[in-house]
Amino acid sequence: MAITLKINGKNENVTAAEGTPLLWVLRDHLGMTGTKFGCGVAQCGACTVHVDGTPIRSCITAHEDVEDSDIVTIEGASGKVADAIRGAWEELAVPQCGYCQAGQIMSATALLVTNKSPSDDDIDAAMSGNICRCATYVRIRKAIKEAAKAVY
Amino acid sequence: MFMHLAQTAKPKIETANKPLLNLSRRGFVGAGTGLALAVTLGACSQNKPETLAQAAAPIPDNSNIDIGPLVLISIAADGRTQITNPRSEMGQQVITTVAQMIADELDVPWDDLFIKQAVGDKKYGDQNTDGSTSVRNHFDRFRMAGASMRQMLTQAAANEWGVDISECTSELGVITHSSGKTLTYGDVSEAAGKLDVPAEDTVTLKTRSQWRYIGKDKPSYTISDVIRGKGTFGIDVRVPDMLYAVIARPPALFGKVKSLDDTAALAVPGVTQVVKMKEPEGEAPGFQQLGGVAVIATDTWAAIQGREALKIEWDAGPHKNYNSKTYAQELMATARQPGENKFKRGDVTKALSSAETMISADYYAAHLSQSPMEPPAATAQWTGDNVEIWACTQNPQAAQSTVAQICGVPDENVTVHVTLLGGGFGRKSKPDFVVEAALLAREVGKPVKVTWTREDDIKHGYFHSVSAQHMKGGLDKDGNVTAVLHRTVFPSINSTFGPSDQGSDFELSLGATDNPWNVPNMAVEVGKANSHIRIGWLRSVANVYHVFANQSFAAELAHAAGKDPKAFLMDIIGPDRIIDFSKDGVTYPNYGASLDEHPVDTKRLKAVLDKAATMAKWGRDVPKGHGLGIAVHRSFLAYVATAIEVAVDADGNISFPGIWSAVDAGTVVSPDNTKSQIEGGTLFGISNALYGEITATNGAVDQSNFPDWRVMRMAEAPHVFETHIMESEAPPAGVGEPGTPPAAPALANAIFAATGQRLRAMPLLGQNDRLDMSKVGEG
Ligand code: FES
Ligand code: FES
Repeated sequence: MAITLKINGKNENVTAAEGTPLLWVLRDHLGMTGTKFGCGVAQCGACTVHVDGTPIRSCITAHEDVEDSDIVTIEGASGKVADAIRGAWEELAVPQCGYCQAGQIMSATALLVTNKSPSDDDIDAAMSGNICRCATYVRIRKAIKEAAKAVY
Repeated sequence: MFMHLAQTAKPKIETANKPLLNLSRRGFVGAGTGLALAVTLGACSQNKPETLAQAAAPIPDNSNIDIGPLVLISIAADGRTQITNPRSEMGQQVITTVAQMIADELDVPWDDLFIKQAVGDKKYGDQNTDGSTSVRNHFDRFRMAGASMRQMLTQAAANEWGVDISECTSELGVITHSSGKTLTYGDVSEAAGKLDVPAEDTVTLKTRSQWRYIGKDKPSYTISDVIRGKGTFGIDVRVPDMLYAVIARPPALFGKVKSLDDTAALAVPGVTQVVKMKEPEGEAPGFQQLGGVAVIATDTWAAIQGREALKIEWDAGPHKNYNSKTYAQELMATARQPGENKFKRGDVTKALSSAETMISADYYAAHLSQSPMEPPAATAQWTGDNVEIWACTQNPQAAQSTVAQICGVPDENVTVHVTLLGGGFGRKSKPDFVVEAALLAREVGKPVKVTWTREDDIKHGYFHSVSAQHMKGGLDKDGNVTAVLHRTVFPSINSTFGPSDQGSDFELSLGATDNPWNVPNMAVEVGKANSHIRIGWLRSVANVYHVFANQSFAAELAHAAGKDPKAFLMDIIGPDRIIDFSKDGVTYPNYGASLDEHPVDTKRLKAVLDKAATMAKWGRDVPKGHGLGIAVHRSFLAYVATAIEVAVDADGNISFPGIWSAVDAGTVVSPDNTKSQIEGGTLFGISNALYGEITATNGAVDQSNFPDWRVMRMAEAPHVFETHIMESEAPPAGVGEPGTPPAAPALANAIFAATGQRLRAMPLLGQNDRLDMSKVGEG
């Protein structure tokens, strides 16, 4: 099935079987491997991308369902919030292996766009869908707060 | 750029083969045009930096040099310096750390550094990134490589000037003669490459005060990529014409395909082929593939869908009667019986029978899965009898030799490129998944990437061993410990590689026979246990269960004696001394290190214990429902104490107001990164302690994905985590694993302090989300 997806502001023609999750279209069809596979069942958040500004799990989102949407992946995440998040991530040396961090950054960016000064509870609620097996949670929490201060 | 990229005639590798990073983020403008590279990287044609090598002098055969400078460092005429990192990057920032060690002694500007990832090759020495060894085992060799190269460059400059080397100095890539004239490293790199590598005793290493990068925080080499979705992990590798595979593996170890109907699978759009995997041979799985049926497709999703559609009848195989519940009871029963003595001091039996108070406790710890965030994945491509592989492996040389052996080709026909690893924790030191990719790519006749789904990872891993332990302790009337008996029973890692019915001396030395207590009568015994699933090492290995048992038991003894657990621990560790376990009949392997360089030092053990207690403000009043617990252990040559404050609410929900850790890892190359490893190692230990349990029914693992294999998430993470690094000039110790062992017992001790419940079985929460509050106060 040939459709056009709008990813990071660019139209991409995709031919993939109906029902193929956006995750595998990104990774295998378009070579955009920044979005990661961690569980395939919406449990780990490694595959998080933004669809019309909302963070979603691309591993359970059929690609044809987001045909008319604006999709943003880690490769395309930009703007002052994403910059502040990345800045804080570097400043606090958040990542260990880094594998979960694309998803963490996409979730954290979405949080800070809507919440200028997230509390610990807000962070727990927004970030608990993103597993980090290296357990960088303490630094992620701190970095989100630092980024919030930097951007607002 | 380094490595073979788009401009080469070789298969175009879109991602995996790029330089992993480029420190200054400057491109190699004009690379390949007129570069006069003097010192090349040795004779590994598959992975040589094409553009540099084209301009290079003939490649010297460095294979007789054990991690000599020539295989690790090359310097271009314009001063750009390439360091080849032989270790696997899995989040411990080893790339940065290796660069710190080499570049410090080489004395080059940090921004001139470029890093190339080594392929698996014996010439790099030990590449097995396991056992927290990258710094502790290679600190001297990496520094020596940098210093040797610096001396060769200086000698080359001296030769050019016709002066003695003693009249020359070097700093940050520039060699200066006493007359004031200068040459850069780049100016003399070609001439230096023709000199002999100096004998080690003629090379002077820097003094500590001269260190430029060692002991300082340098920014991670990989961070800039990973926060932009750019780093290339094993699962990200793409090769033109590549196909994607997932495999249906036998539910139980050494099970076989009895019948296969692949009609529906082949009808799935995108599925191109179904391949029956070669079955593993012999009785021990080792690093072999597991067998089963592979589905090959044009994308990963189609392969997964195809696998769903397979109809396979399995011959369950020799382990079909393995049921972990019954097995656990058997282990426990064995632990209550005398076993083979492995540590003997005084007369435990007599001392226990004459003790004023005798207490005993049984501990249990379930099988665990490493479950790195990136599941195993590998890509292979054959050209004739040669195979090129890209994989997230902790052990590229083992991957190389295992593939060679199983595919029946010589080692040198197998090139293993190491990608970034999305976590390892021991799982990725077993290259079974690499073998699968090699077998499939040959069968299919095209490059194939094998991806393990999370279900595959959890069901078909190399599991951390299940264990049962029985402890007895005797107290005199003043509450002094007179006797301790520690019995441990667990299926050994050795069972993965050959016949084994008992835990090995090596595993016992991780937390059991290395018990530093100053108790007059002590014994450690091990009982028999066979294994029925693949057992493998997981971050800190047998320390996990042994330290859980004996550091919990220390607090239980303290409670029985009516003493403060921390003061009690200080007491049983006893006076400052260097411990010689051979006096207790133990041949102590000391993590492969010499006891002269790395003695077991109770003074350092007590110092971290004191420090963690001080950081946690031990002894303070805590709010109702809160409790402080503490534990201390030396592992991988590092001393770590951890104090944990838990808060348990009325519903049994557990949270962590704070965790405080003190680590003495000797000389530390990378301080903030060390803290990061202690944080990660500790929380990994807590996550496993609270939730970690792999069970099996009829030989098949019951869990499948994060819903039933639970791991720590943000809402469960501590709010404060402080790590203190002790000042030390001792040789470096490990830091990746030592944070894990004290975590579980400190947690159990904190829960006891908060609720009066003594939890002796891991996972501490059982199958529940929270603590069972009906048991509050039940010791
Ligand atoms: S891969 Fe989508 S949530 Fe885990
Ligand atoms: S940094 Fe490794 S999983 Fe999060």
